[in-house]
Amino acid sequence: MLSSGGGSDSCSKDMAVELGDEPHVLVVDDSLIDRKLVERLLKNSSCKVTTAENALRAVNYLRLGNDTLEGTVSEVNMIITDYCMPGMTGYELLKKIKESSVLKEVPVVIMSSDNIPTRINQCLEEGAKMFMLKPLTRSDVKQLKWHLMKCRS
Amino acid sequence: MDLAALKTQLKNFVQSMFEEGVLDNQFSQIQALQDSTNPNFVEEVITLFCNDAERIINEINRNLGYQNVDFSNLDSYVHQLKGSSSSIGANRLKLACANLHQASDERNKEGCLQALQLITCEYCLLRRKFQALLHLERSIVELETNQK
Repeated sequence: MLSSGGGSDSCSKDMAVELGDEPHVLVVDDSLIDRKLVERLLKNSSCKVTTAENALRAVNYLRLGNDTLEGTVSEVNMIITDYCMPGMTGYELLKKIKESSVLKEVPVVIMSSDNIPTRINQCLEEGAKMFMLKPLTRSDVKQLKWHLMKCRS
Repeated sequence: MDLAALKTQLKNFVQSMFEEGVLDNQFSQIQALQDSTNPNFVEEVITLFCNDAERIINEINRNLGYQNVDFSNLDSYVHQLKGSSSSIGANRLKLACANLHQASDERNKEGCLQALQLITCEYCLLRRKFQALLHLERSIVELETNQK
């Protein structure tokens, strides 16, 4: 598992997760088993979870590209997406999120079953918060939660 | 058989699967996700996995039946099966997928057919063991429910 390192971690109050709040995580993965596993891991860590079976569904859910509606969906505190998905990849989804003025501050974590350094660097350079190898474990989710809770007023 | 004995039997059975390399530690992670709020989690995941694996193995079979094999299509299926196997902790099946991945990379149809045989073998073994495991799990749940 790799993170983007120090750098600018400016967390606006809107994106901050207040103590006691359940963070809302969007999980994007075409594998039904992986969606189920990650969802359970997150729910066991007191997170609210929404799942999407591909990047297009995620784009629609987040209302990405729609200036008036973006950010009106029940606030997502983190997006975890698989890299390899049919149609739009996790990398392309990441780019779309970073292009959005409203959603670009939402931390995006990329998951992959393949350990490919060029892929990892590509994602981190594009602004991914972390890159994680599948399958995710409980300690991976602890790390995620820590990153989420770190941004609080 | 009493509850404690059944639980021990299940524990030993899973342990034997670890020792044979059929399962790896990832399966323990899945077991750990099962609790009183999610009492059927292991069964649900196993069922999802088996349905998925059978679908993919059938597709791979079909693909290899064509005169001209679409290897990139095949690659995609192998990748899916390898991913699912890894996620459930099906270690030997995951390794068998690596064989097919290699043969597919080499565009070696004969090699692919051989690798598919191994995958089918490993999957059938795994499914049998999973069925036995679930049978034990259900007996335990039944006993626990009756005792309440």
